Amino acid sequence: MLSIKNLQAKIGDKQILNGINLEVKPGEVHAIMGPNGSGKSTLASVLAGREEYEVTEGEVDFLGKNLLEMDPEVRAREGVFLAFQYPVEIPGVSTINFMKTAVNQIRAHRGLQALDAVSFLGLMKERMKLVEIDQSLLSRSLNEGFSGGEKKRNEIFQMAMLEPKLAILDETDSGLDIDALKIVSNGVNKLRNKSNAVIVVTHYQRLLDYIVPDFVHVLYKGKIVKSGTKDLALELEAKGYDWIKDEVAVEL
Amino acid sequence: MSAIAIEKNSSSDIAAAIQSGVNKFPSLRNQREEAMSEFVKLGLPAAKHEEFKHTPIKPLLERNFDFTLANPKAKISSVKEFAIPELEANVIVFVNGLFSTEHSSIISPETQISILSLEEAVEKKSEVVLAHLSKYIDLKTDTFANWNTAAWTSGLFVHVPANTKVEIPIVIYHIHDTSNGQVIAHNRNLIVVDENSSVTLLEKYDSVEKANHFSNSVTEAIVAKSAELNLYMIQNDLGNRFQYGLTQIHQADSSRVNTFTFSLNGKLIRNNLQLSLDGEGIESHMYGLYLLDNDTIADNHTVVDHRKPNSFSNELYKGIMDGNSKGVFNGKIYVRPQAQKTNAFQSNKNILLTDNAGINTKPQLEIWADDVKCSHGCTSGQLDEEALFYLQSRGISKDTAQAMMLYAFAGELLDNIKHPVIKNYLDQIISERLHKNF
Repeated sequence: MLSIKNLQAKIGDKQILNGINLEVKPGEVHAIMGPNGSGKSTLASVLAGREEYEVTEGEVDFLGKNLLEMDPEVRAREGVFLAFQYPVEIPGVSTINFMKTAVNQIRAHRGLQALDAVSFLGLMKERMKLVEIDQSLLSRSLNEGFSGGEKKRNEIFQMAMLEPKLAILDETDSGLDIDALKIVSNGVNKLRNKSNAVIVVTHYQRLLDYIVPDFVHVLYKGKIVKSGTKDLALELEAKGYDWIKDEVAVEL
Repeated sequence: MSAIAIEKNSSSDIAAAIQSGVNKFPSLRNQREEAMSEFVKLGLPAAKHEEFKHTPIKPLLERNFDFTLANPKAKISSVKEFAIPELEANVIVFVNGLFSTEHSSIISPETQISILSLEEAVEKKSEVVLAHLSKYIDLKTDTFANWNTAAWTSGLFVHVPANTKVEIPIVIYHIHDTSNGQVIAHNRNLIVVDENSSVTLLEKYDSVEKANHFSNSVTEAIVAKSAELNLYMIQNDLGNRFQYGLTQIHQADSSRVNTFTFSLNGKLIRNNLQLSLDGEGIESHMYGLYLLDNDTIADNHTVVDHRKPNSFSNELYKGIMDGNSKGVFNGKIYVRPQAQKTNAFQSNKNILLTDNAGINTKPQLEIWADDVKCSHGCTSGQLDEEALFYLQSRGISKDTAQAMMLYAFAGELLDNIKHPVIKNYLDQIISERLHKNF
């Protein structure tokens, strides 16, 4: 589904990604872990098409198409979804209106008719249950005055509405207490199926107790330096990141 | 030609042109003569004038108008194309500055409200008119108000007697027909709302054909104890419109005033909105939206003068500047020494869409009382890139994302409009302007 080859990217003059290679197949969950500043969020941003980052080398193939050539909205319409680490507050735009526009522009891209108000509300009510989010929250300005947990739940609600093929969760656990973490993870798990995939970007192992990965990759200095199963995440939790840094130093 | 020669020409040309009309109304002779001499003394405001330093009104008027010309005849057959659809209203039409009986129609009963041309009211020596006309405006400093006071020939007088809620709004269409050349119009309105009454008034400015035209209007409103006035201004004319307007509102105890100023198109717009809160328990809201494009200059100067204790004022002005347009906002709040327990709030927010667009914003608070709550804030900047990306990352095109954010920004003003038909009309204009497609 997603094939990343030798991906290199910089912001300004600062090189951040130094040759990422990653293969993600339908039905898989990949965790990207790593110390602060290793390039985890940059990888998520580059995949979603954030303009500040310049890709200097490499290829990203998504379902047979060159992802890097697409505008951010086209990537979303093709099935990529980024759950933001810091969801943006947009005064005056309600989540409901915003989602209705998004759903219908995605449907138009796929050659489908726009949903009428009734069908849209029906879909929305069904998906609200998945993330236990209240309609009154969705009628309010997007993320404005939301708690950290409400913002993250809103991200997963949007994911549920848009049904992406590839979801990238960028530090979705940050700022969540344990109850919110469970609700959010539960929502993600309910959305998983054989034909979609999830990339979980996280600093800590605790989210992976709830969203169990098939593969764990350790990113350090802009490269994947180690890959393994979920046991690798437990090892990192127990031993920290220093031993990885030492291993990399020895190899160099 | 030297600048000094031009200056001499413009004010003496204007004075010569309006001289013959100064004695038009015998009962107003003193105030008109006084205004004339003040106007000659002040002249048009020089470029360095503190209140005009971002708005070059003098050179713009001098370059675009010949002040010696009389207004041409107008030939408007219908005002339908300018009318706000489905709005039940008392319709008043001025064509090239003159009251048009033909196009006006008043539907509210005379027992509820008296609406007549100001010239008729003056000729009838209406006591209410003579008691209030020019009483609250500052003729020592405002040269355009002097020009208007000396020169106006037509206007509107509205009087709502005590204990009357007038539900049907009054809509004034100011239409300039420039097919036979430039138009300079001096409109004058006097609105008197007596105790415990309420009224809504809307002014809309339009034109046909391409010659330059200039409105120099003065509206005076007196809002008595526990009365309410809602005032709307829609400026969405063509690019050959030049406009200067003074709205002076005098408020008594427990009165409420809501003003809505929409400056959406034109060449040069300068609005002076001045509220005098001369009582206790007053509530005043001033809302403004300017959506500018091309080379439009729109300048909103507002004054809220808290003269007595325990009153509340709130001001929200927002602007979006595109193309080479320029916005100016100057908001003065005065809190007099005796005006304790005043609550006064002001906010001005701006979005610039191009590098050539500009905004000059200046809050000016002068507070002489010590037990007050006052705040002001102003912002200006581009659209938030992170927010645009957020919307795009959900599959929304960049154009739609931008329209959503701009509409949300401007929509805050619409939220405060209570009249459904007026709100819907403005919503449609603004949606179209901001390319709303969602």
